[in-house]
Amino acid sequence: MTNNRFILKSSPHFKGKDSVPKIMYAVIISLIPAIAASFYFFRIRALLIYLLSVSACLITEAVFLKARKKPMHSLWDGSAIITGLLLAMTLPPSLSLEIVVIGAVVSITLGKHVFGGLGDNIFNPALVGRAFLQVAFPVAMTTWIPPVTNQINTATYATPLGNLKFQAAAAQGALTPLKDLFWGNIGGCLGETSAVALLLGAAFLLYKRAIDWRIPVGIISILTVFTGIFWLTGPDKYASPAFHFLAGGLIIGAFFMATDMVTSPISPLGAWIYALGIGLLIGIIRLFGGFPEGVMFSILLMNTFVPLINRYTRPRILGERSTH
Amino acid sequence: MKTKTFPHGIHPQELKEATSHTSLQPLPAPEKVIIPLHQHFGSPAEPLVKKGDEVFMGQKIGESKSFFSACVHSSVSGKVMKVENYNHPLGNPVPAVTISNDGDDRVFPEIKKHKNPLSLNPEKIRHIVKDAGIVGLGGAAFPTAVKLSPPKDKPIDTIIINGCECEPLLTADHRLMLEYPDEIIQGAELVRIATGAEKIILGIENNKQDVYKLLQKKNYTFPLEISLLKTKYPQGAEKNLISALLKRVVPRGGLPFDVGVVVQNVGTVKAIWDAVNTGKPLYERALTVSGAGITSPKNLIVRIGSLFQNAIDYCGGLQDSANILVMGGPMMGLAQGTPDVPVIKGTSGILAWAEPEQITEHNCISCRRCVTHCPMGLVPTQLMKYSKLDYLSEAESRGIMDCVECGSCQYSCPAGIPLVHWLRVGKNKITDLKRKKSA
Repeated sequence: MTNNRFILKSSPHFKGKDSVPKIMYAVIISLIPAIAASFYFFRIRALLIYLLSVSACLITEAVFLKARKKPMHSLWDGSAIITGLLLAMTLPPSLSLEIVVIGAVVSITLGKHVFGGLGDNIFNPALVGRAFLQVAFPVAMTTWIPPVTNQINTATYATPLGNLKFQAAAAQGALTPLKDLFWGNIGGCLGETSAVALLLGAAFLLYKRAIDWRIPVGIISILTVFTGIFWLTGPDKYASPAFHFLAGGLIIGAFFMATDMVTSPISPLGAWIYALGIGLLIGIIRLFGGFPEGVMFSILLMNTFVPLINRYTRPRILGERSTH
Repeated sequence: MKTKTFPHGIHPQELKEATSHTSLQPLPAPEKVIIPLHQHFGSPAEPLVKKGDEVFMGQKIGESKSFFSACVHSSVSGKVMKVENYNHPLGNPVPAVTISNDGDDRVFPEIKKHKNPLSLNPEKIRHIVKDAGIVGLGGAAFPTAVKLSPPKDKPIDTIIINGCECEPLLTADHRLMLEYPDEIIQGAELVRIATGAEKIILGIENNKQDVYKLLQKKNYTFPLEISLLKTKYPQGAEKNLISALLKRVVPRGGLPFDVGVVVQNVGTVKAIWDAVNTGKPLYERALTVSGAGITSPKNLIVRIGSLFQNAIDYCGGLQDSANILVMGGPMMGLAQGTPDVPVIKGTSGILAWAEPEQITEHNCISCRRCVTHCPMGLVPTQLMKYSKLDYLSEAESRGIMDCVECGSCQYSCPAGIPLVHWLRVGKNKITDLKRKKSA
């Protein structure tokens, strides 16, 4: 009774329910509160930037999958959508729309497919796109508008970190109130202004165990310690750790970008090293660098160290150290 | 009650309810049995009978001179029809003795009882075990006599009886412990005597509380400890079980001997007791026939050489939707192309179900779930890449040969990558290369 009824395949024959699209869509869901907040603060501009960024990412991804003869189902695994969303969230709301498209195309091309596509990229694709725009369009990338909910009329509107760096806001007592940083009624990148919305999404990701908690915890702890030391020695010169936690791209970077599985280390020890590196670099750039914000460069820099970290922190094989 | 366990591992659906409350029952001996001469780890046995010979139940029909081997016995009385290659559940056909069953179950006259089995000396016990063709019944079918002969420089202090049965669906060991506790514990005592160990630990997962309670009530006078383990896969994997129970770590490439331990499955120690007490060689075993594709799942005691088809028919046949047939458990079992294969000593289960649609494979996104769950501390995704690229020396230095193929990595892989397959490919290539070098 030989027949073709039975499938021949190698064990294991049972499979858990987790899948790449499920993980990716969990990340997308977690971004919804922050996206909603940016709609509230920046209205139609937010909508346009998100739409363009995501569709440009999807189209670029499709072109590469086609050209590289890869299965088309990868287009909808969610990763290109995440790149589009994250890129949009890190752009100034006033950015002209063609620059948004350029950023999206660069993200998928130089951030992802030159390395071999999803899983083989070294850098977080959205941050590669953003870094490119920062260098190519420095003025447009540092021009800020106030949220529509904030009736300040000023031609030289700046972000809270910009005020801190260039206007000596700490000395003049003109630091943005923590309350505004928390709710997001401030200037800044599209999706990073509202701390509360981002933290809501981050809580969801942690609950779903879709990200490694060590990475945000490591980044935030070291940044708190680093900025805390300076704040205690000179509160009239430096901002408090709470300010540094809530301002700029720290939350979105620590929870949503540094935690990108592809570009972060494999072992728990590796994750700590990576996170401490990022946190320390952010502190150094924010306090002593030429830029007001250092999240993007810090993550990209530490991304380059991931293969090296993996090499020196691989888990111990059972029996490598025998005990008897 | 606090339970012991090992680091990492997974918790797949157990699906044991289908059979955990059904008693073991004998599968009626079929009209003919087909007994492969190679059912164990080691050298194949040579046939001792030829076409036309009359054989008794329990008569030795195959034997090898090699130390790493096990002899084979007839599971029925009757006439040898042929000694020819036949389908084998482990893959390629191997020589097998086909015996037509006369239905009389005439026991081999030379089989004799031993008085006071527990007062036998180690040498005698080893001899009986070897002669009874006993192998590890957990699935690997390692010749038990070899396990009972530890090297002189490796003293054994602890016998671990493996009652974990951590594979989903399987419940035959569970039933054995409930229905034959005395035989199992006395068999364990024989192993202790044979190896000169000080104590016995029976490890059971805490999904088998009934066994734990039953054994607690019995006041055995042996140096026995019953230990509850967390229900987790692969709790029953030898090295992980040792680490859970004794906090001892078997060195890489080493054996339980190296840390003073011998591990035996509950079915094996029952077979040892039967062989020493009644003289009965290993010609039948307990196994579970289950899965959603089996009409009425059962726990059976099956004569070696019965066909899978015989057991499936006895359990009401296959459901129409069933499209996968597996020998062993769902995590490590072997998919079968046909039910026309004989039950061998290593058959712990016959399972069938309807396989869900093919899962789409994605790129590895370094989610590290395989690393989190690997009980051996490996990085399966990296080994998979090395294996694909033929980077064999890197794969070996990163521990590919330590992989026990438990499947925890692949079970938890969201990208649906056949990790175990690629690790097997790499391991086979390395083994081949070594064989060529030494040749």
